[in-house]
Order: sequence, then structure tokens, then C-alpha cells
Amino acid sequence: MSFLTYLISGLSLGSIYAIIALGYTMVYGIAKMLNFAHGDFIMVGCYIIFSVTGALSGNSAIGIIAAIVLCTLLGITTEFVAYRPLRGAASPLAVLITAIGVSYFLENVALLIFGADIKSFSSVIKWEGFTLADGQLRIQGVTIVTILVSVVVLVVLQLFIKKTKQGQAMLAASEDKGAAALMGINVNRTIMLTFAIGSALAAIAGALLCSAYPSLSPYTGAMPGIKAFVAAVLGGIGSIPGAMIGGLMLGIIEILSKTYISSQLSDAIVFGILVIVLLVKPTGILGKVIQEKV
Amino acid sequence: MKLNKKSKDNYITYAIVMVAYLIFQILSATGNLSSHMTGLLVPMTYYAVIAVALNLCVGILGELSIGHCGFMCIGAFSSAFFSKLTENVLAWPIRFFLAFVIGIAFAALFGFLIGIPVLRLKGDYLAIVTLAFGEIIKNVINAFYIGVDGNGVHFSMKNSMELNMEPDGNLIINGAMGITGTPHNSNFTIGIIVLLLSLFVVQNLINSRDGRAIMAVRDNYIAAEATGINVTRYKMMAFVLSAAIAGAAGVLFSHNITTLTASSQYFGYNASIMILVYVVLGGIGNIRGSVIAACVLYLLPELLRGFSTYRMLIYSIVLIVMMIVNWSPRVIEKREKLAAKIGFGSRKKIAR
Amino acid sequence: MALLEVNNLCISFGGLRAVDDFNITIEKGELYGLIGPNGAGKTTVFNLLTGVYKPNEGIIRLDGKDITRKSTTEINHEGIARTFQNIRLFKDMSVIDNVKVGLSERFKYSMIEGILHIGNYKKVEKEMDEEAMKLLSVFDLDKERDTLAANLPYGKQRKLEIARAMATNPKLLLLDEPAAGMNPNETGELMDTIALVRKEFGMTILLIEHDMKLVSGICEKLTVLNFGRVLCQGETKTVLSDPEVIKAYLGE
Repeated sequence: MSFLTYLISGLSLGSIYAIIALGYTMVYGIAKMLNFAHGDFIMVGCYIIFSVTGALSGNSAIGIIAAIVLCTLLGITTEFVAYRPLRGAASPLAVLITAIGVSYFLENVALLIFGADIKSFSSVIKWEGFTLADGQLRIQGVTIVTILVSVVVLVVLQLFIKKTKQGQAMLAASEDKGAAALMGINVNRTIMLTFAIGSALAAIAGALLCSAYPSLSPYTGAMPGIKAFVAAVLGGIGSIPGAMIGGLMLGIIEILSKTYISSQLSDAIVFGILVIVLLVKPTGILGKVIQEKV
Repeated sequence: MKLNKKSKDNYITYAIVMVAYLIFQILSATGNLSSHMTGLLVPMTYYAVIAVALNLCVGILGELSIGHCGFMCIGAFSSAFFSKLTENVLAWPIRFFLAFVIGIAFAALFGFLIGIPVLRLKGDYLAIVTLAFGEIIKNVINAFYIGVDGNGVHFSMKNSMELNMEPDGNLIINGAMGITGTPHNSNFTIGIIVLLLSLFVVQNLINSRDGRAIMAVRDNYIAAEATGINVTRYKMMAFVLSAAIAGAAGVLFSHNITTLTASSQYFGYNASIMILVYVVLGGIGNIRGSVIAACVLYLLPELLRGFSTYRMLIYSIVLIVMMIVNWSPRVIEKREKLAAKIGFGSRKKIAR
Repeated sequence: MALLEVNNLCISFGGLRAVDDFNITIEKGELYGLIGPNGAGKTTVFNLLTGVYKPNEGIIRLDGKDITRKSTTEINHEGIARTFQNIRLFKDMSVIDNVKVGLSERFKYSMIEGILHIGNYKKVEKEMDEEAMKLLSVFDLDKERDTLAANLPYGKQRKLEIARAMATNPKLLLLDEPAAGMNPNETGELMDTIALVRKEFGMTILLIEHDMKLVSGICEKLTVLNFGRVLCQGETKTVLSDPEVIKAYLGE
């Protein structure tokens, strides 16, 4: 029974990674850049929920909506101010270093406003959940909601990309920006939309993350962000179902290795998986190969 | 002997370091250096050393590493382990010299082992995998328990009780508590010597056939291959050398601190990014710039009280602005137009 | 014995036969042209010859030695040097350093000597400088020795790429559209340079080119490639008057 408990908590953590990884993978697939600051968008979302909910004495629904709206704006602004000027730069390192700068910037702004001390975050999901098998297996409400939300997000995103014009434009831009522009697609706007969606997902992931692990600091988003990138790579960067599969696998591996191997080494194991995947199958589980033209 | 421009440039760098050293020594001898300030001198040298190491990797090899503090960590722990073990056996100058040999050798070895997978990757993936390895190193060292007693060396990855040592045994690495009581052998003079040596090695390398091959790989690896350059070999050479120098910084670090722990503060990716800030602000590929940036950026917040609250915020903004000003295609175009209008002609870069 | 002998070379990318049953024989000292419409597979042939792509079938022999599956680096050491259609210089390095990279297989000292600047370092570096300057003056680049490669004008960048390739002391030089993007003046100058390379170094050259004036002016033999297959092969005059070739170039 305890194994099942751990498996479920792995699924729950994995669902959060999956939602973050979806944002990562979309941005990477379309803008071809690693948005190192993506994890910090989560943190920003959490602080917004924390502040708004606090100010409204406990109404978290408005807090979540505020977080989604403001994170979307943050994503769009970041893309416009910091990343767009560097599109087409001679060195691919330029935009990555800038993203690291944005990550640092957000963490330090949060540090100045909220301080370094850890805030205790009250769960946005009030439902207690239920117990099964004579109380031996307890499933928390946040776990169930997290898993459901991730499934809904996946389905909606897939439908959006397959069925809408904007989604098709995203696919086209991810294949070939030049050709997409020639076909009348506004590439800048498409990339901006991608950032908007990714950042909104980060806010949702933040709400779920801090509900499950209720301690909030300026560095809350950094590690989950990096792990979600590992998940995106594991599933195959650029692939939406891949991000989902990668996220779930990573969450389960992390919880199980924390339980059965060593809590000290669980991060090392997660990163070890990244290294192995990139060596054995750099395209991940569902990714495709791109070769440089000579 | 006639000096060519490149070796003249190198001597200017050594001269700057030595003049800075003399100024601090004079200030210290005349009692003008507070004890707080004196305490900052050794850290300043090891941050300058690791900035040189990282610039070799980022500026000369052209690959972004955000896990370089991991190599510093290996250098720190391997050398501190050795020094603790031989504390009562060897005289300190010999012991400290050997500690450097060991710290550098271990960091180089891990640079090689990690380089095998890492250097097969490029760009973003390479960067994120260096970050991963930095974190792995930190986590694994945090789980190490090593002790020595009459029966030899004991090792565990669970806890210190598992070591089953004799009561008189000496617990050297105590998991997340790290190594306590490494002899304080680092001092400002030794730090400056290590910095000068790393500068000597890196600057000479750049002006040698191996250095040119490394930069050729950076500029265009496909052309480098077609020009007969063994790309894998030169990437590895630069990466291992860079790791080794970071290891030397680690030796200075561990012999300057009472309790050495593999904490995120010193060895996590945030620390590595701090070094990257030094390198970017000093100028990617500009070795002298890294040294100056590391020293100034390390001392500044420590000296200006009000500044230290905002320093990371300011650094992050400067980082973003620097990248956009130096690399944005549109900004470059505008700058060139402006230069042409003022009458400087088109901006000509000068070969390093 | 021919310098380069290629038999039945094939490569396909996901079902598309990019190069199919390609054969060519180049004698020492020849200036050979490889022509064909866009997308005919000319650059792919170069990439196969230099090991960038590994062929599915076929044999490449240089000076009688099988070099088919060797890496790009090894193939350069065996004696094939090349230039690229889209110029690939070491752009953040000086002109002379670009050439010295090409020299580094022939002028050696150990890494330790290089790092400490001891032993053979000074002597070998001096020899390299002299050799590099000799090459640069052949290509009329000696005045720009310390200029950053990226700051050279276009025509000189093309020349520097050839100089760098020549620095590896090749037996066979592959030039991928050396006149691309040049005006008639520059093209004329380039033809002189290529003629000079042949005279000074007795070099064997295979070149891809679109500029028919250049091709008919300097190439002795031609191979015409169309849809990845050899359409016609032989003396320049004969090939250019072949009705099949005219059809492929001008359409029906």
C-alpha cells in the first residue's frame, strides 16, 4: 500500500512538472531558446497568489486569476524587452545568458519585496480528499486536482494546436520561421503568444506546486523549473505529449528514489537521468532529429 | 628583445595584478586595511582564478558552463581531505603544495570524465548538463562519510555511525557537515601567485597552436574539422584545463575556511552563475577583463554597505543590458550607423 | 594512377536519393569543374568527399588509398582541403591566425611547450609566421595580417578561405562556388588567383561553380550533375555543347 501512496504522490509531483515542462517545451520548440527564467515565473505566480489572497482575506480564486493574468503579462514583457532584441544574434549564448539574467532579476526583485524568509503558503485547494482501503490509502484533494488539471491542460493545448489557426501558426513557426513569415504568419506575434501561454501555465503550476509543498521563497521556482526542463528533454523537446510523459516519469522517479534510495541523492539521480537521456537518445522519447546544414 | 603586441598585452595583465598586490600589501603594512577587508583578499583571488577558468571555457572554447563551481568543489574537497589526513605528518609548505597537486589533478580528472558526455552536446543542452553535473557533484559529496582509524579508511553514504570506526578514529568528511578544521594555509600572497600562474597558462595557451585550434573550433567547428583540427581533442583539452584551474581555486577556498560544506551558497549553480556574471561583465574572451571584473564586483558590495542589498539586482540588469547592447543585431546595426555618422567610419574590431 | 577516384557513390536522405551512382576520376594537376542546376547534389558530393556525410554505398580513393569512411579531420590529413559555399572563416581570429590553424598539423610542438612558451615554441612559431606570410602574400592578404577575418571585405574573405585550405598542404583542393556573390571584376581577380594557385603549387582542383564564364574559362574537364546523377562528363568544350546539358540548364 505504501508503494501505491508514493506512486500517487509521484504522479502528483510529475503532473506539476508536466505543466511547467509544457511551457518550456513550447517556448523551446518555437523560439528555439531555453527560457532559464521560466521557473521563476512560477515563483512570481505564487507570490501574487500569496499577496492577493492575503489582501482579500482568503479568497484564492481571485488570487489565481490575478496570477495567471500578471504572469502572462510578465512573459510577454520579458520576451519583448529581453529576448526579442537578441533574436538572430551571432552567438547562441547571448540569449541564454540574458535568460539567466532575467532569472536572477526576478529572484532578486522578489527578495527585495518579500525578503528571504520562507512564507507559508495556504493551499488553494480546500478539499481534503478521501481515504481508501480502510484508511490505509489516503489521497489528498490537491493530488487529485493536480492530476486532473494537468490532463485538462494537455487536452486543451493539443486541441488548440491541432484545431486553431494560431496553433497551426505555432507549428509552422517551429518548423521554419522564414518560411512561416513568407506564408503570412506574424512570427513575432506567434512567439509572443507562445510565451503568454507558457507563462500562464507557469502560474497554474505555481498554484499547484505551492499547494502541495506550501513553502514559498524567492528560490521556490528555480529547482522545479530546471527539473521541468529535464522532463521536457526526457520527453523530447518541442513535443507536447512528450512533456507530459517526461514530467510524469520524472515526478515518479524523484519520489521513488527519495523514498527507496536516498533523499540526499534524489536530485543527483534526476540530473543523472538527464545526462543519460542526452547521451543515449538526445531527442528524448518523442522528439525528432535536426541536422545542421553544411 | 622586441615584444609583439600580444605578449605586451599579457605583461600588462601581470603588471596590473602585481600592482594591485603591492597596493594591498602597502595598505596592510601601514595599518590602513581593516580586518574585514583583509579577510576579503583571499576570496577575491580565488574568485578571480575561477573567473579566468570559466572564461577559458566560455570565451575561448565558446561553450557555456553553469556548473563550474562543481569543479571548484572537487578541488576543495580532495585537497582538504588530503591536508586533514596529513596534517601532523607533513610540514605545511610541502603539504599545501601537494594539496594543490591533488586538488588540481582531481578537478582535471573529473573535468575529463564529465567532458566525455558533456562535450558531445552543444549550446543550451551543454549548459544545462554542466549545471546538472555541478548539482550532482554537490549532492554526492553531501552524502559522503569518510573516516580514518588504525584499520584504514572507512567509507559510507548513509551516516557516520555506519563507518564502524575505532573510538580514536578520525572522521574526515561528515556528510552534509563537510570537513571541519582544514589547516588555514591560504594567504593573499599564495592566492596572487596562483592567479598569476593561471593567467600565465591561459594567456600563453591562447597564443599557441593548441589555443588557436581551440578558438577555431569555437568560431566554426565544421571549418575546423575540414582544416584538419581534431575537434574532440581540443574541446577536451580546453575543458580539462578549465576544470583544473577551477580546482586550484577550490584548494585556495578550502584552506581559507574553517568548515567546508558542499552547500549551494558556494558550489550550487547560483554560485556558478555569479562567476558567469564576472566573465560576462569583464568581457567574454577577455581574460584580463575577467580578473578585473571578479575583483571589483567581489569587493564593491562588501565595501559599499547600501550597495550590497541591491547588488544582485543591479548585476542582473547589467547582465541583460550588456548582452543586448553587445549582441542584438538591431542594436549593432544602429551603433554602426551612428559611428558612421559621427565620422569614425565603420567600427573595426581589433584582433585579440 | 588517378589522384581522386570515386566509384558508385550513393547517399539518400529519408528516401530521397540525393546523390546516386556518382563516379569521377581526377588526374594530378587537373582543374576539374562540377556543375549542375540548383539542388543537383553538388555540395552533397563535396560533403561526401570530405567525410561530412558518410555514403550509403561507393568508394572514394585518394592517391590509391581508400578514404571512404574516414572522418573529416582524417580526410584533411590525407590531403583534401575545401572551402565552403557560405564562407566559414574563424571570424573572431586574425587573418594570419586563420592560416596558422591550417598550418598546425605540419608545424608541431607539445602542449606543454605551448603553455610555457619553452623549447621549440619560439622556433616553430617563427617558422609558422614565415610560412603563413608566404601564403598570405600569394593571395595578396599580407597587408591584412592582423585584421579580424570578419572585417575583411567579401572578396578577400573568399581568398582567405582558399589560403587557409592551402595551408594544410593538400593534394586536392575543393572549391565550393568560389565566385558566388562576386561582381565580374572580383570574379576575374579570382580566376587569376586560381590560376596562380595552380602555377605556384601545382595544385589539383575540383570546383563547383555556376558562373559559366569562369567554368569555361579555366576548367579543363567537367562533370554535370542533375537530380543527383551524372548527366555528362568529359572535356569542357564537348560537355558544354552536349544537347542534354543545354536542356538541363535552359529547360525545354
